[in-house]
Amino acid sequence: MATAELTNPADALEAFRKDAADWLAANFPKSLVGKENVLATVEGGSDPDPEAVGWKRAMGEKGWGTPTWPKEYGGGGLSFAEARVLQEEMGKIGAWNPIGGMGVMMLGPTLLEFASEEQKQRHIPPICRGEIRWCQGYSEPGAGSDLASLQTKCEDKGDHWLVNGQKTWTSGGQWADWCFALVRTDTSKKHEGISFILLDMKSPGVEVKPIRMISGTSPFCETFFTDVKVPKENLVGDLGNGWTIGKRLLQHERTNLSGGGSLGRGQGPSLSDIAKHYVGTDAEGRIADADLRMRIVRHEMEAQAFKATARRVMLESKSGNISLGSSILKNVGARITQERAELTLEIMGMNGLGWSGDGFNPAELGATRGWLWGKAVSIYGGTTEIQNNVIAKRILGMLDHQ
Amino acid sequence: MAVLNEEQSMLRDMARDWANEQSPVTAFRKVRDAGEAIGFDPKAFAAQAEMGWTGVIIPEAYGGSDFGYLSLGLVLEETGRTLTASPLGTTALAATSALLLAGSEAQKQAWLPKIASGDIIAALAVDEGPRHDPSKIATKAEKSGDGWTLSGTKKFVAEGDGAHLFVVAAQTGSGIGLFLVPADAKGVSRAPRNMVDARSHAEVRFDAVRLDSDALIGPEDGAALLDQVLDRARAGVAAEMLGLAVQAFDDTLAYLKTREQFGEILSRFQALQHRMAHQFTQIELMRSVVEGALEAVDANRDDIAAKVSLAKATACDTLHLVSREMIQLHGGIGMTDEHHAGFYIKRARVLENAWGNAAFHRERFARLAGY
Ligand SMILES: Cc1cc2nc3c(=O)[nH]c(=O)nc-3n(C[C@H](O)[C@H](O)[C@H](O)COP(=O)(O)OP(=O)(O)OC[C@H]3O[C@@H](n4cnc5c(N)ncnc54)[C@H](O)[C@@H]3O)c2cc1C
Ligand SMILES: Cc1cc2nc3c(=O)[nH]c(=O)nc-3n(C[C@H](O)[C@H](O)[C@H](O)COP(=O)(O)OP(=O)(O)OC[C@H]3O[C@@H](n4cnc5c(N)ncnc54)[C@H](O)[C@@H]3O)c2cc1C
Repeated sequence: MATAELTNPADALEAFRKDAADWLAANFPKSLVGKENVLATVEGGSDPDPEAVGWKRAMGEKGWGTPTWPKEYGGGGLSFAEARVLQEEMGKIGAWNPIGGMGVMMLGPTLLEFASEEQKQRHIPPICRGEIRWCQGYSEPGAGSDLASLQTKCEDKGDHWLVNGQKTWTSGGQWADWCFALVRTDTSKKHEGISFILLDMKSPGVEVKPIRMISGTSPFCETFFTDVKVPKENLVGDLGNGWTIGKRLLQHERTNLSGGGSLGRGQGPSLSDIAKHYVGTDAEGRIADADLRMRIVRHEMEAQAFKATARRVMLESKSGNISLGSSILKNVGARITQERAELTLEIMGMNGLGWSGDGFNPAELGATRGWLWGKAVSIYGGTTEIQNNVIAKRILGMLDHQ
Repeated sequence: MAVLNEEQSMLRDMARDWANEQSPVTAFRKVRDAGEAIGFDPKAFAAQAEMGWTGVIIPEAYGGSDFGYLSLGLVLEETGRTLTASPLGTTALAATSALLLAGSEAQKQAWLPKIASGDIIAALAVDEGPRHDPSKIATKAEKSGDGWTLSGTKKFVAEGDGAHLFVVAAQTGSGIGLFLVPADAKGVSRAPRNMVDARSHAEVRFDAVRLDSDALIGPEDGAALLDQVLDRARAGVAAEMLGLAVQAFDDTLAYLKTREQFGEILSRFQALQHRMAHQFTQIELMRSVVEGALEAVDANRDDIAAKVSLAKATACDTLHLVSREMIQLHGGIGMTDEHHAGFYIKRARVLENAWGNAAFHRERFARLAGY
C-alpha cells in the first residue's frame, strides 16, 4: 500500500475509491435512500428502523462517520482527499452519514486537541460509533451572549467536583447521555475562573425540563444541577482553562452546525421549482410573479456565493492559512437558511402557513415548522450580532464607541 | 398619527383600554390553547359589539354610528396590538363594505342591523387558492328560475368557521358578481383549516346552493365592485398589522431596556440602537400610509386603489421586518412558546398573505401608475 502511494498518489486514491464503493454497496441498504434525518443525532429517541441501526453500526465500526479522525480513537484515519472521495461515492448511491450530533460536530475535535490520552480513549470511540449522545451545557438564564458571566458553580471537594447551578436552552438535553459544560471554578476572575467538564446526565441531581419552542416541538431544555458529583478525571484541560477550550469548541459549532454543513447537502426541490408549481409561469416560462422571481434570483446567487466561500475557506485552511472568510460563514449561512424559509412560505401562500390537519401536504407543514425552527439559526452558537461584533473588533480592529 | 376628531380620540382610547385590560395577549393564548375552529372568544366579540365597534362604519339608520373607516381602523389597530382574536375586521369592515357600497335598500335593511349589533358574523369568500388572486375565480352562479345556483369552493376564508353569512364572489356569465349566502343554506359546508395563527380560515364549499334573485349585491359584472370591497378589506387588515408592528416594537424596546449582558442593559449597544431606530422609522412610514388609505376611503377619493396598495405593501414589509427582529432581539427567550414573540410572527405572515402580499401590491401599484 505504502509503495502504491509513493509511486502514484492518484492511483492510490482511485484504488481507495473502488474499495469505498464496494464497501458502501455491500453495507448501505438501498431502502434507506432519502431517509436521512439530520436532527435525529441530536433530538429524539433511538432509531426504531433496524436497517438504519445496522447501517449506523457498520459505519461506526468502520470509523467512516468520522472519516478523518485518527484510527486509534475509532476514527476512519482517512486523508482529506480520501474523505472527499468517500463523500462523493456516498453521494452517488444516496448514502448518508448516520454518525453525527454534538459529539461529532463539536466535542470530538475539541477533545482531540485538549483532552488527556485517557479521556480521548474513553470518550472518542463511542462518539465515532454514534453510541453516546452529547449535549452542550453553556448558556444560562443570565449568561447568553455574555457567556463568560456564567455562574454554575463547580467546587473542588477533594476526591470529586460538586456542581450546582442552572443551564438553559440545552439542545437535546432530555435525550443526552452526557453533557460537556462550562462551569465556574473561581468566582474572583471572569474568564480565567471557567473550566470545562464532562458530566454524566444520569448522575443524581441532574434534572431536565423540556422547553416548548415556537415551532411546537420541545428540542431543548432547562437543565438543573443540584449537588451533582463529578469525578475528578472529568475535567478537560487545566483548571481555569475552560474559556479557551470552550471558545475553540464554539468555532467548530459555528462552522459545522450553523454554517457550511447544513447547506452543502441536497435540499429537495429548488425555490424556482416550488415557485413555478404554486405561482405558475408566464408565456415564456418565467415565474409569473416578477417581484418574487427577482428575490429568488438574489437569494440563489447569494447561496452560490456562500458555497463558493465555504469551499474557498476549506481549501485555504487545508493549505495552512488562516482564512478570514471563515468568520462570515455562520452569519451568511443563517441568513440564507432563513431567507429560503421565508421565500418558501411566501411562495406557498396560505398553504405554507398550516399548523396541522387537513388541507396541507407534508412538505407544506414541514415548511411552516422549518421556518419557525430556523429562526434559531441566527441565535444559537453565538448570535448574528455577536458574530458581527467579533468581525468588527477582532478582524477589522474597530473599537467600541461606548 | 392622523389628526383625530374628538370622537375618534375617545374611540381609540376606549379600544386601547379595553385591549389592555380585557384582551391582553394572555387572552389570545387562551383562545390558541382551546384550539376551537372558530378561533375567537365569543364573549370578547360580544363585548366589542356591546361597545358599538361592529357598527362603526354602518349608518345610524341601520344601527351603526357612521364614524367611518379611519375610526374602525383605530379600533383594529388597538385590538391588533394585543392580538385580540375577533372577527371584527372581517364582519364589520370587509363584508360590511360590500353592502355599503352596492347593497339594495332591502339588503341593507336585512343584514346591516344584525351585523351592527353583532348578532351575526359576515365573511368575505373570494380566493380559491393559497395566494390572493381575484382574477382566478371559478365559482359559478348560474341563473335558474328567477334566482341563482351557486357552486364552487373557497379557500382559507377568514372567520369562515364562525360566519353566519358569506359574501361570495362568483362568475355570473357576464363577469364577477357578489352574492349573499347564509351559512345555513342548503349545500353550504365548511372544513376548518388549522393555521399557524390559530385563527379561523375555513374551506367553504358551495354545492348547488339555491339563491333568490335578491342574493346578488350590485351588478352581474361587478369586478370593479369586488375590487372596491377588497380595497377596504385590505385597508382594514393593514390597520391590524399596524397594531401588531407597534406592539412588537414596543415589547422589544422594553426588553432591550431591561435585559443585561456584558454588565450593560442591551439598549446601550449601538448596534441594537440603530436596529431599533430603523424599525421606528419604518413604522412611522407605515402609519402614514395606513392612515392615509383609510382616510382616502372615508373621503371616497379616486386614488383609493393606489393608496391601499401602497399601504398594504408597506405594511407587509414593515411588519415582516419587525416581527423577525422581535424574535432575534429577544434571543433564546423569543424562540419559546412561553413568550409571545412567536404569536406575532405567526399572525404577521397570515396577514401578509391576506388580500395580497407585498409583491401583489407592488405589481398592482405599478399597473395603476402605468409603469
Ligand atoms: C434553538 C436553540 C438551541 C440552543 N442550544 C443551545 C445548547 O445546546 N447549549 C447552550 O449552551 N446554548 C444553546 N442555545 C443558547 C444560545 O447560545 C443563546 O440563546 C445565545 O447565545 C443568545 O443568548 P440569549 O438567548 O441569552 O440572548 P441575549 O444574549 O440576551 O441577546 C439578546 C439580543 O441582544 C443581542 N446582543 C447581546 N449582546 C450584544 C452586544 N454586545 N452587541 C449587540 N447585540 C447584542 C443578541 O444578539 C440578541 O439579539 C440555544 C439557543 C437556541 C435558540
Ligand atoms: C453637505 C453638507 C452640509 C453641511 N452643512 C452644515 C451646516 O450648515 N452647518 C453645520 O454646522 N454643519 C454642516 N455640515 C457638517 C455636518 O454636520 C457634519 O459633517 C456631520 O455632523 C458629521 O461630522 P463629520 O463630518 O465630522 O464626520 P464624523 O463625525 O467624523 O463622522 C464620520 C462617520 O462616522 C459616523 N459616526 C460618527 N459618530 C458616530 C457614532 N457615535 N455612532 C455611529 N456612527 C458615527 C458618521 O455617521 C459618519 O458616517 C454639513 C455637512 C455636509 C456634508
